[in-house]
Amino acid sequence: MMRVLIVLLVGTLLVPAYAIDPGEALGDPALEARARALSVEFRCLVCQNQSIDDSDAPLARDLRAMVRARLLAGDSDRDIRAAVTERYGEFVLFRPRFGGATAILWLLPVFLLGIAGWFVTRMFSSTTSSEVE
Amino acid sequence: MIAEFGHFALVCALCVCAVQVGAGLAGARSTSADLMRVADISARAQFGLVLTAFGALTYSFVVSDFSLAVVHANSHIAKPLVYKIAGVWGNHEGSMLLWVLILALYGAAFSWGERAMPSSLHARILGVQGLMGIAFLVFLVLTSNPFARLDTAPFEGRGLTPILQDPALAAHPPLLYAGYVGFSITFSFAIAALLEGKVDRAWARWMRPWTLSAWVFLTLGIALGSYWAYYELGWGGFWFWDPVENASLMPWLAGTALLHSALVAERRGTLINWTLLLAILTFALSLAGTFLVRSGVLTSVHAFANDPARGLFILAILALFTGGGLALFGWRAPASSNDKFQPVSREALLVANNIFLATATVTVFIGTIYPLALDAIGGPKISVGAPYFNAVFAPLTIPFLIMLPLGPLLAWRNDSLSPLVTRLAPAALAAILITLGLAMTRNGTPLLALVLLGGAFWLIGGALTDMGQRLRRLQNLTQTPLLSAPVAHAGLGVMIIGIITATAWRQELVVAATPGDVLQIGEKTLRFDGVRERAGPNYTSEQGRLVYIGGAHEGNALLPERRFYEAERSQTTEAAITTNLAGHLYAVIGEPVDDKRVVRIWYHPFVAFIWIGALLMALGGALGLAGRVGRRSHAVSGARA
Repeated sequence: MMRVLIVLLVGTLLVPAYAIDPGEALGDPALEARARALSVEFRCLVCQNQSIDDSDAPLARDLRAMVRARLLAGDSDRDIRAAVTERYGEFVLFRPRFGGATAILWLLPVFLLGIAGWFVTRMFSSTTSSEVE
Repeated sequence: MIAEFGHFALVCALCVCAVQVGAGLAGARSTSADLMRVADISARAQFGLVLTAFGALTYSFVVSDFSLAVVHANSHIAKPLVYKIAGVWGNHEGSMLLWVLILALYGAAFSWGERAMPSSLHARILGVQGLMGIAFLVFLVLTSNPFARLDTAPFEGRGLTPILQDPALAAHPPLLYAGYVGFSITFSFAIAALLEGKVDRAWARWMRPWTLSAWVFLTLGIALGSYWAYYELGWGGFWFWDPVENASLMPWLAGTALLHSALVAERRGTLINWTLLLAILTFALSLAGTFLVRSGVLTSVHAFANDPARGLFILAILALFTGGGLALFGWRAPASSNDKFQPVSREALLVANNIFLATATVTVFIGTIYPLALDAIGGPKISVGAPYFNAVFAPLTIPFLIMLPLGPLLAWRNDSLSPLVTRLAPAALAAILITLGLAMTRNGTPLLALVLLGGAFWLIGGALTDMGQRLRRLQNLTQTPLLSAPVAHAGLGVMIIGIITATAWRQELVVAATPGDVLQIGEKTLRFDGVRERAGPNYTSEQGRLVYIGGAHEGNALLPERRFYEAERSQTTEAAITTNLAGHLYAVIGEPVDDKRVVRIWYHPFVAFIWIGALLMALGGALGLAGRVGRRSHAVSGARA
């Protein structure tokens, strides 16, 4: 309750982050590692730019529990991402999926490097020492 | 009365700015020495007046004059003096006043310090600098007046956000602004040169020290901000790819590119247009950062006020200076010079450096702006966070790291690779061996982390090789610029080691503990002794106690706290950290759970390398600067023709 109160009082400020609570972690280290890696990718929807791995908000805790329950049930990372996105929308993904609206995010860096590389090779001088000071 | 005096000084500064613009630009056009002299005097007077206003606001904070709206909203009688003073810029109005103060300081410093260049270029730079002064002083006076009074003065203020009540508040904003705003001078250099119609190697030589000083301040400001977040936010993260952090990273990346392209422009007379463009864009990114942080487009700890009018005003300034600068560039940029070079030469590697840094800048820009833009045009709401930036930056960094050590060891114009292979073989061999050793001893380290670590070792090895070569040429201390690059490059390597190890090898322990419990994290053992209440100057706190058992720290206590600030009705987490070059033990106490207490302990291996690396980078920049100033006074004294 105190925590909820603090979140309400502090409002839009960055709330000190805590990561997971005691007893949340899975017994199997491999599964737990996957849980943490996935948690970093999901945005806590009631926080300021925090992943559910960083946040102590109740919503984030519920989502962490859901991720772990699905891991225990044998779901793949892809299944879990799809399930979380279905429930909360694309906004929940800190790493946007490649698609029509997000193609530019993923392609622009590659495109820039390509253009720059092509441009620069044209700047290479063909002769070795013809340059005049 | 003091506040009205400060307000009056601001308005006077605005008038003086107008004189500075007119006298600077008209004086340069008509080559009137008198008018140009007036521009110089105005620049200094502007600084004096803004400093007066700043002093008046500081005074109002120190004496807790709650009849000022800003003081009432952001201060409190019980607040320690240091935070009353630093609190001057812990709010929107005061922080914009600091912005203007630093802008004026750069103008005055330029007026005093830069005498070697033609007087017309000097006067035009002051004129352009004055234009920015006008824009931001109008912004300050019309939308963000720090001296606005309340009708009835309250007895007590509302206090400063507790998270800001930290010694770092005294240094982080001034350093960051000294960086951001420092690029205003390089912007003025570019605009003035375009107006002048003459851009050459000498221009690049005069501009570089100003770029370098802004870059050094920005490096320190970002590093301090990162360290602050690390110890304050409660779990030891050092970079969050938060939009506000990105806002400072963009001008840093562009400024780093500018430093390197200006080097080519200075030594070889090529890449002049690109350097002009970068000088304009770097400052545009500084302005964009100010817009993002100040407009309320982003809500964060940095966005003190959400007022659309302010946002629109800064957006207008941004559009005016960026658009105007780019238009002038398009109209007046010198016809494309003969920018040809050999693929194996120092300039080719510096071009590669610029390609990577420019791509990195655009990536941060698009990642920060795109979700906002998409939302603004009614598109889907998406998030772009740390996993995206890490996914794009890691592959971008690898070729950058591989190529970086080659550049400084290559000659200008034309060189061959074979002697380079011999010289760099020890560095390459050492990097490969250390990385293989780590791969075998540190099980479970991700491949990408190993590759980046290897790149960092290679970078440091290359920097040491470079340094060895240059030390042999070093004759006296006026030649410290020789060491500038290798020190800064080694700093980058050290920083990358810190980032990777603290991320990949982090250990974590989260338990609900009862007093007397013995906790084990990695090779460290601690005993939890419980929690006690404690009173601070303007807060009460719960202080936990953890005592080392065995090992080098036997008997030492860690005292993490949770502080409750009465006046501001909020709380902060104060981590207790054992700092050590090999790693930090980072402890935090959380909520009570029944009769137990949540205790969180992390071990961050080599995390200090991040900030040591940043300090080395800044030191590299400072060495370059020191040598230049030394050389200049040398030249003035006539020892060197």
